[in-house]
Amino acid sequence: MLDTKTNSAPKVGLFVTCLVDLFRPSVGFAAVKLLEDAGCVVEVPPAQTCCGQPAYNSGDREDTRAIARNTIEAFEGYDYIVAPSGSCAGMLKKHYPLLFKGEAIEQQAVEFSNKVHELVSFLVDVIGVKSVSARHEGSVTYHDSCSGLRELRIRSQPRALLSSVEGLEIREMKEADVCCGFGGTFCVKYPDISNAIVGKKTQNIRESGADTLLAGDLGCLMNMAGKLQREGSGMKVRHVAEVLAGMDDTPPIGGGRN
Amino acid sequence: MQITSPSFKENSRGALADAQLQKALGNVRAGFIDKRLKAVEALPEFDLLRDNARAIKDHVLAHLDLYLEAYEKKVTESGGHVHWAETAEDARRIVLDICRKANARTVTKGKSMITEEIGLNDFLEAEGIRPVETDLGEYIIQLRGEHPSHIIAPAVHLNKEQVEADFRRVHKHLAEGRDLSEPESLLGEARSVLRSEYFAADVGITGANFLVAETGTSIIVTNEGNGDLTQILPRVHIVMASLEKIVPTLDDASQILRVLARSATGQDMSVYTTLSTGPRRPGDPDGPEEYHVVLLDNGRSSMLGTEFQEMLRCIRCGACMNHCPVYHAVGGHAYGWVYPGPMGAVLTPSLIGVDKAGHLPNASTFCGRCEEVCPMRIPLPKMMRHWREREFERGLNPATQRYGLGLWAFFAKRPRLYRLASSLGIPVLSLLGGGKRRFRYLPLAGGWTKYRDLPAPEGRTFMQQWRDGGASVRARVA
Ligand code: SF4
Repeated sequence: MLDTKTNSAPKVGLFVTCLVDLFRPSVGFAAVKLLEDAGCVVEVPPAQTCCGQPAYNSGDREDTRAIARNTIEAFEGYDYIVAPSGSCAGMLKKHYPLLFKGEAIEQQAVEFSNKVHELVSFLVDVIGVKSVSARHEGSVTYHDSCSGLRELRIRSQPRALLSSVEGLEIREMKEADVCCGFGGTFCVKYPDISNAIVGKKTQNIRESGADTLLAGDLGCLMNMAGKLQREGSGMKVRHVAEVLAGMDDTPPIGGGRN
Repeated sequence: MQITSPSFKENSRGALADAQLQKALGNVRAGFIDKRLKAVEALPEFDLLRDNARAIKDHVLAHLDLYLEAYEKKVTESGGHVHWAETAEDARRIVLDICRKANARTVTKGKSMITEEIGLNDFLEAEGIRPVETDLGEYIIQLRGEHPSHIIAPAVHLNKEQVEADFRRVHKHLAEGRDLSEPESLLGEARSVLRSEYFAADVGITGANFLVAETGTSIIVTNEGNGDLTQILPRVHIVMASLEKIVPTLDDASQILRVLARSATGQDMSVYTTLSTGPRRPGDPDGPEEYHVVLLDNGRSSMLGTEFQEMLRCIRCGACMNHCPVYHAVGGHAYGWVYPGPMGAVLTPSLIGVDKAGHLPNASTFCGRCEEVCPMRIPLPKMMRHWREREFERGLNPATQRYGLGLWAFFAKRPRLYRLASSLGIPVLSLLGGGKRRFRYLPLAGGWTKYRDLPAPEGRTFMQQWRDGGASVRARVA
């Protein structure tokens, strides 16, 4: 929980994530709003790029280490580092320290990783946010992205905050915790398999009867949105932060109209 | 067994287009997952047992030589023989020698993935010895001339109707009008056909789930009891096992047994847990006259001390593949060799070389469900990543991938250039997305747009907007 003794607002460095930066800035602004509403001071260090997963998961350890070093330096001096993505937060938190085992920078990497959190779990578990003041008319279904779920144990937190949104109804899909087939570079390296996996996912999504799909990771969201739209579905797709922040007046991911 | 792992992509395309297979794979999703979950939830100490199981195997792997020697000593004391096989070739020769000495014409076999690994059936057949699989699933795929597609459910890629057709094709001596519509009737028919084979067999070959150092005992678990008949009725019993099957004590074996069946089939225990120690002793009512253990290395000892050592904890429960979205999509044969799914993606490159099996550790979304359910807590995704690192170091991945990644990394390591490039490129891409805000096709993004639309960027990057104040956006929501 928040340390109330120090009595000063926690200083949060926002790790925007490359996909949010490039494809959906609204998510970044929604994250800022949620953090500020929760009493944090938010800064966005300009020297950040990507968490390095494309290199890391392609076996390119040297480039990953270079990117990780940049990131660790860019975020020095913050109380917390928060990312609107379970996957990137998982990378920063769980994998960065492993990249520097036995090296001088390891301690710094560990200290850095201790301060890293995914946005929604940070709000709930660290700050103690119990509800948000937002309104969203309609029903949503929530997909548990893999890294957030299994590396960071994010499952109840988004649902808890969503249930405080006025007018919103949660309709759980079947197999909400099963991978959507995105997998970073996997989806372009093995498009046929990825397509089969996301096809099962979109079926579960549609069968939920919800009108909006939410998740906490933009990669997965773009994958599922792209598939739903190719299938001709009118389902709206958004990052969970947009709804929690009450910033759902932008067009949904991929437009959402055919 | 022919290795087709290098054509994993083609294999998987074939698998995805195979309607029968896709139907059968639906059973994997439906069958195993819920049963495991129920069994696990009914046992509060399950996670504790997993920790113990891991510790037992880690301890063994740290002292493998000692335990193997102790085991050999006990087997010898009880009148059995231990044969060390460094390679598949060695193992095949050893088995053939034993069979020849026993004048064997027919060999019955319990389920054993090791014999698949060394291609024993084809080899024996070429030498004029007839192998007969006695596990129902193995029996079915032997009839079809196929290989297992799953390590505990070898015929899981088949539907009941296919099996019925095979039985009618092969069991010509049985009445044509017989009813084979239920799984039980198929099992019954296989049993009655196999019964005479058990008595005809000169040698019985089984695998082993555990080798117990303290007693020289080998342990197998089955649900059909076929393993018992395979090892008790013939004159000679051969146990085929790989080195890492060793555990120190019977107590250790029973601890791991508590997580094995629950993880595999959701049973508390398999129906039969069969222990065998040496040949028949004077006064024993049954049992073989000769008892042999063939201990196969085949590359495993070279995993010791590497980042792949933990893979040797595997107890072959199959939970990782039962929970794998890639396995669910393409089935086991697409992996192109004996071991499919996540455990195969780690083990196969160790055994046949990453140059041949390179696709396997790459064809994973790293969703982590395998590691989550693995009773031995094997960090499968981490080890798949290690294989990717080895491939990268050796330059084994395709050139286009390397260049793409190199170009991206160049920018990702240089925040200022990255910012500049993205602030120029992204707004253009956004405009190109047009009113629909997405792409049905985009050059160089074919892997994506073949099956899904690509959402277009919203407009200027977050960093651009933030630098310019971001205030306008915040004002909008305030
Ligand atoms: S890797 Fe784990 S889950 Fe997979 S078969 Fe081995 S023990 Fe079972």
